[in-house]
Formats: sequence, C-alpha cells, structure tokens
Amino acid sequence: MALQSLDIVRRSATTTPPPGARDAATAEVAKLIDVSKCIGCKACQVACMEWNDLRDEIGTNVGVYDNPADLSENSWTLMRYTEYENPKGDLEWLIRKDGCMHCADPGCLKACPSPGAIVQYANGIVDFHEESCIGCGYCITGCPFNIPRLSRKDKKVYKCTLCSDRVAVGLEPACVKACPTGAIVFGSKEDMKEHAAERIEDLKSRGFDKAGLYDPAGVGGTHVMYVLHHADQPSLYAGLPDQPKISAMVGLWKGVSKPISLAVIALTALAGFFHYIVVGRNEVSESDEQAARRELEKRDE
Amino acid sequence: MNDSDRRDTIHRYVTTTRVNHWIVAIAFVLLALSGLALFHPALFWLTELFGGGTWTRILHPFLGLVMVFAFLFLAAKLWSDNRMRDRDWVWLRRGKDVVNNREESLPEVGRYNAGQKLLFFVIVLSLLGLLLSGVVIWRAYFAFYFPIGVIRIAAVVHAVSALVLICAIIVHIYAAIWVKGSVHAMTRGTVTPGWAWKHHRAWFRETGRRGGDPR
Repeated sequence: MALQSLDIVRRSATTTPPPGARDAATAEVAKLIDVSKCIGCKACQVACMEWNDLRDEIGTNVGVYDNPADLSENSWTLMRYTEYENPKGDLEWLIRKDGCMHCADPGCLKACPSPGAIVQYANGIVDFHEESCIGCGYCITGCPFNIPRLSRKDKKVYKCTLCSDRVAVGLEPACVKACPTGAIVFGSKEDMKEHAAERIEDLKSRGFDKAGLYDPAGVGGTHVMYVLHHADQPSLYAGLPDQPKISAMVGLWKGVSKPISLAVIALTALAGFFHYIVVGRNEVSESDEQAARRELEKRDE
Repeated sequence: MNDSDRRDTIHRYVTTTRVNHWIVAIAFVLLALSGLALFHPALFWLTELFGGGTWTRILHPFLGLVMVFAFLFLAAKLWSDNRMRDRDWVWLRRGKDVVNNREESLPEVGRYNAGQKLLFFVIVLSLLGLLLSGVVIWRAYFAFYFPIGVIRIAAVVHAVSALVLICAIIVHIYAAIWVKGSVHAMTRGTVTPGWAWKHHRAWFRETGRRGGDPR
C-alpha cells in the first residue's frame, strides 16, 4: 500500500506498460526463513497482528499447535507444525512460517480481473490494494500456495504485504523484527541467497545433506524463501508445494483465451454484418404472400 | 397489418412465450456485459453500467440464475419442436443455399429449421455448463465447498461456455435481422402467411389453419 506508483512494475488487469521512468535502481528484496532455526514461538504472528492492527477471532484448540488453525483475513502469517518421523526413526518437529511467498510470477495478479487491485513493486513485493478489490476471489483460484483469504465480513481478500509500508521507509518487516532466534532475516534477495548458502553449508555439516534453499523456479523465484533441512521434500513441511507453478488451467483461462475469445466474438459479429452487405436480407415477396393465400383459400374450400 | 385480423396473420407465439423469451434475452444481455467486463481488462469499464466492479461481481451470478430459471420454462415448452429429424440433416448439408437465400432448393421446414434447432441445443448445453461451473466459482457462497483443482477447471469451463453462448446468440440475433418478419413473430406474436409459407412450409401446411397452433 505504501510504496508509490513509480515503483509498480506489474498491475493486475492492465494491458499497457507500467510507469518505467524509475529503472531498476531498487534492489529486489527477500525475506529468508530458516526453518532449522525456528523454535515455534509465534512472535512473528504476534508482531504481524500488532503492526497490521489485526485481531483474529479467538478459536478453539483443534489438537495441534497451529493457532489459529489456518490463515485468515486477520491472520496473514501462521506457524505450521509437522511431526515428521525420519527414516532413522527419530522424530523431527518441522515448523514452517506460512504466508504469502511474493512470487516473481504471481498467480494471484495474473488471475485478478480488477485493474490495480493487485500490484507488484520493483522490489518484488506483491501487494493487494483492497480499495480496488471487487471480491471475486479469482486470486485464490490463481495462487499456487493457497494464501489469499476472502473476508466473510467485507468480501475483500487479504494476505501478507511483506510489510510494504515498513519496507518503503527502510524498515524490516514486523515478523523479522520480532523473531528472537534470527530465523527470519530480511535484505536484498542477493544477500539473502548468500546468507542461505552459509546456513545450508552449516546444516550439511550437521548431517542434513539434503539441506537447501526453497526459491521455486516454477513461479520465477519468490521473495520469501526458506532454508529447509529436507529441501528434496518441501511437502514434508505442512504441504509446501514441491514444484509450485501457476496452474495450466489458470494459464489458459487468463492467457491465450482472453484475446482469442474477443477475436472470435468480433469475427462472428463481423461475419453477420458482411453477410448482410454481400447477400442481404431474406424478405418475403408479394408472390410468396400470394402463393400462401392461394393455399389457404384451397384449404377453406 | 392488424394483428387481430386473423385472415391475414398466423399466430406463432403466445404472450407468455414472448414475455418468457424477452426475460431470457434481457438477462442474457446483462450477463454478457457483466461477464465480459470481468473476463477481459479492456472491457472492465463495462462494470460502470452495473455500479462498479464490486456490484458487477455481486449481480452477475444472480442474473445468471434468473436467466437459467427463465430459460427452463422456455426450453420445456419448445423442446419437442426442436427435435432433429431426417430432413434437418439434409437442410444442414445444403448450408450454402441457406446462407445465400436459396430456400427453394431446401427441404421443407417445420416449425423450426435445423439451424434453429442446433442453436437451441447449443444454448441448452452452454447454459448447463455455465450454471454448473458458475456455482463452483461463486466465491461468496459456494466456492469453498470445492477443491481448488475443480474451481480452476470450472473457471475455464465458464469462459468457454460463455464464449460459445455469446457467439450463438450473435448468430441468433443476426438471423432475426436477416430473415425479415422474424422479430415481429417474437415481439407481436404473429407472422404473415407468406412468411410461414416461405420459411416454414411444413409448419404452414400442418398447422397453418386459422390460429397457427401457437406455442
């Protein structure tokens, strides 16, 4: 919300180029979440609701540590806990901070029909502008990570903004600020990759030889990345998609079908118009009327 | 021509059918405009006709229910008249004569010609596709009952069905402009004997007695 229009590089439902005067001076940012350092304290959740002034409903305990049970319009980030028994028979408690991944190729933005309701900034943040949101939920259909949530109250969608308002004025996201173990760090995407490489090396030396960075190429990379101890099986971490990409159905619906459909409709109408010009109207002539009348009279006899 | 002068006109559509048809037609126009507005960014301005994007999103599915519900009655009434018969396939094979106004070389046509019958079933099928997929992608009330994969397929089905229906209706509207006298049949309910004789001779002969056995 808080970055200005000069920084917008992509805008939903817009076919013309974004403002381009400010050219790539801004580095792409990224939030790096080191799952191996997370202790599951939920400080990030608290910081998120605190900074964004959100209060979710008090839910009920569903038997696991996840609280609330799912993301919602008021809970933009959520710790998801997985109890994983590794091949050695040891229990591993995998805790992943879920939330918007800020894809380089965002499925939500591709699916959105309302101009400017979803934008992507030069620094990589994907942001919802709720004042332009019409509540259709197409972004939910488009998202490969199941992130946007439609509010039952106002029928608008909400998700993590990567604290675009804080980042715009040089602050780090609230969750990063609150994390007590340094599991969440924030900086330029390049720096975060370097930092991740150090962490992965460390994890490998401790026996996690499949440790790696989650920055999925299927969505062009993301601006929220994970260091995973089992990077070969992202789905272990509460169903993190192994190879996320925009669904082929969404690609078809929001890609080629749009111009082709309009062309087909226009051609159908033009075909009719030119048929009228070339062949012309089909009119009942006086001789048709007379023939009909003769038959009717014959019938009357 | 005086509509009440039964000697000079043949009754084709009764009042309820005409009202029913025009409810479907008006709903269709509103649906096409609001649907296209949300389909292609270049047409998003059409949402202004409905009070903005959010109102367009709210109204579109309810309009869809109006259209489907109204069409149900129309389809039930006209279903049996639209069954394909042997002579219809001959008629279709001579499509070139049809578009070139050479009706004298076509088989005699009953209440509906093969083109009208095909159109009827295209409308039935596309409306069925639109209804089923439309419920699945109706985010405010139903979408959360369906898995994401189904919703994605439904979005494509909805778009494709709508494209087919819009093109079919463009053909339908053009045919009414092209074949003079057709619009009068659906606005005032009557046609001239010459019109019935020229375009629907078998119907003219079967039911062309005074009154015309209107639907």
